[in-house]
Amino acid sequence: MTPDEVLQGLYDNTLVGNGPAVLDLTDQGLGLGMAPGTLLFDALIPALEEVGARFERGDFFVPEMLIAGKAMAGSMEVLRPLLADTGVETVGTFVMGTVKGDVHDIGKNLVNIMLEGAGFEVVDLGVQVAPEAFLAAIEKHQPDIVGFSAFLTTTMPMFKANMNALEKSGMRDDVIVMVGGAPVTQEYADVVGADGYAADASAAVKKAKALLQARKAAVPA
Amino acid sequence: MTAPSAPRRTVLRSATREVVIGADQPFCVIGERINPTGRKQFQEQLRAGDLSAVEKDVAAQVAGGADVLDVNMGVPLTDEAELLERAVLLVQSLTDLPLCIDSSVVEALEAGLAAYQGRALVNSVTAEDERLELILPLVKKYDAAVIALPNDADEIPMEAGKRIDLVGKIVRVATEEYGISPDDIVIDPLAMPIGADGTVGRTALETLSAVRDRWGLNTTCGASNVSFGMPGRPTINATWLPMAMTAGLTSAIMDARTRQVVDSVRAADVLLGNDEWGMRWISTHRARQAAEQAAAQAAADQLRAVQEAIGS
Repeated sequence: MTPDEVLQGLYDNTLVGNGPAVLDLTDQGLGLGMAPGTLLFDALIPALEEVGARFERGDFFVPEMLIAGKAMAGSMEVLRPLLADTGVETVGTFVMGTVKGDVHDIGKNLVNIMLEGAGFEVVDLGVQVAPEAFLAAIEKHQPDIVGFSAFLTTTMPMFKANMNALEKSGMRDDVIVMVGGAPVTQEYADVVGADGYAADASAAVKKAKALLQARKAAVPA
Repeated sequence: MTAPSAPRRTVLRSATREVVIGADQPFCVIGERINPTGRKQFQEQLRAGDLSAVEKDVAAQVAGGADVLDVNMGVPLTDEAELLERAVLLVQSLTDLPLCIDSSVVEALEAGLAAYQGRALVNSVTAEDERLELILPLVKKYDAAVIALPNDADEIPMEAGKRIDLVGKIVRVATEEYGISPDDIVIDPLAMPIGADGTVGRTALETLSAVRDRWGLNTTCGASNVSFGMPGRPTINATWLPMAMTAGLTSAIMDARTRQVVDSVRAADVLLGNDEWGMRWISTHRARQAAEQAAAQAAADQLRAVQEAIGS
């Protein structure tokens, strides 16, 4: 198998969520001496981008998004330590959680999968995440973006509580804040002072990338 | 508390009409669309205090055959209590169907209940201590029935056993601490999107049959949830409901505009012996036949009028 065949195979099999084949091709590619970053950026991420595009067009459905994400995640377990060793930087780090008082996580988990698919390192704090827990995770992982998820009109006000906690800790300007969830709207995101909102998993990834790019352009490293 | 020998009856009323939810009754269709979640234009109208879209939604749900209407005014950045009160008054002026008053904001539930004429269904309480303490007194005070969801402050359990434990807690607290009749507790087994997890259908079915066998309680679910993220949603919903009905489901919050889904529960009513002699099924058929004939006749008349006008 040539490196090009490996990349094509990885792309094709990730797109259809064939986890065992993706894992096998990952091993084959590494066996050929291909760089882990090549496998990630030239096959896995483009495949998940295509998944997102098809989902947005209505050609792909939630289960297909999930199995593609899982197939990629299997490969990433092999690649992640190698990427770290070779000094390849991830696209960014994303700390994610469902706010305090709320135990809904299906939508949040979909967003996580698509973020990982785009090359983000996702730290999922789970559900019922209190403001202090978000702060502790932000301090520990130094993420580029933090995401607050809420499914109920009664738990959405926790966005503001989290924002206040961020302000108070002095870390507000260190991190991009995104919010989302079934009842959340752009207007609501604006009112609580979040930097971004998206209506679904695919849009969330686009938004996250755009916000990150804007931030990097504004603050030269 | 165990299941009684006769089916439990959850009685809902408007000022003039009574609807009974029960295992020996036709399935109770709770129309779901009077709800702004995910509808941007409707939200903007409500934020501006314009409830005119509600009239269309009510008419569509009634025409589709809803037995009860769910009313939700969950718009961020509004006074939900005031909106829900107005919506309840408006909907009751438009239809005599009983209402399901739907909010996660306790003040909004209370405002809606206070404005409501009759015996409402409250949507909803969970097994969280705080929610039980806030919502059950309202259910008692306004002599309403209540939908209860078996999740607590820690999680939405993914195993039927844990959900059943939480149902047990809800039943105990509601009946023993607040004196609410088991007839007025309607359990939602939590029907979740099958596209995200292939086990959730069976978990909901197991929960349903346990709730029926142990307590004989009435049940409901958000029928459209199950097909989220899948193509062919009406078919999935229309298949899900009769399956759930055999496991004990006695009502559902669903879109009454989708004829396929409503037809499937009415067909299941016939098959489960809850539509005596199939009379409701037959009369629906006859009404549709008459409507089709009338439409065909009108088209023919129009064609003839045109032909006469052009002198052919």
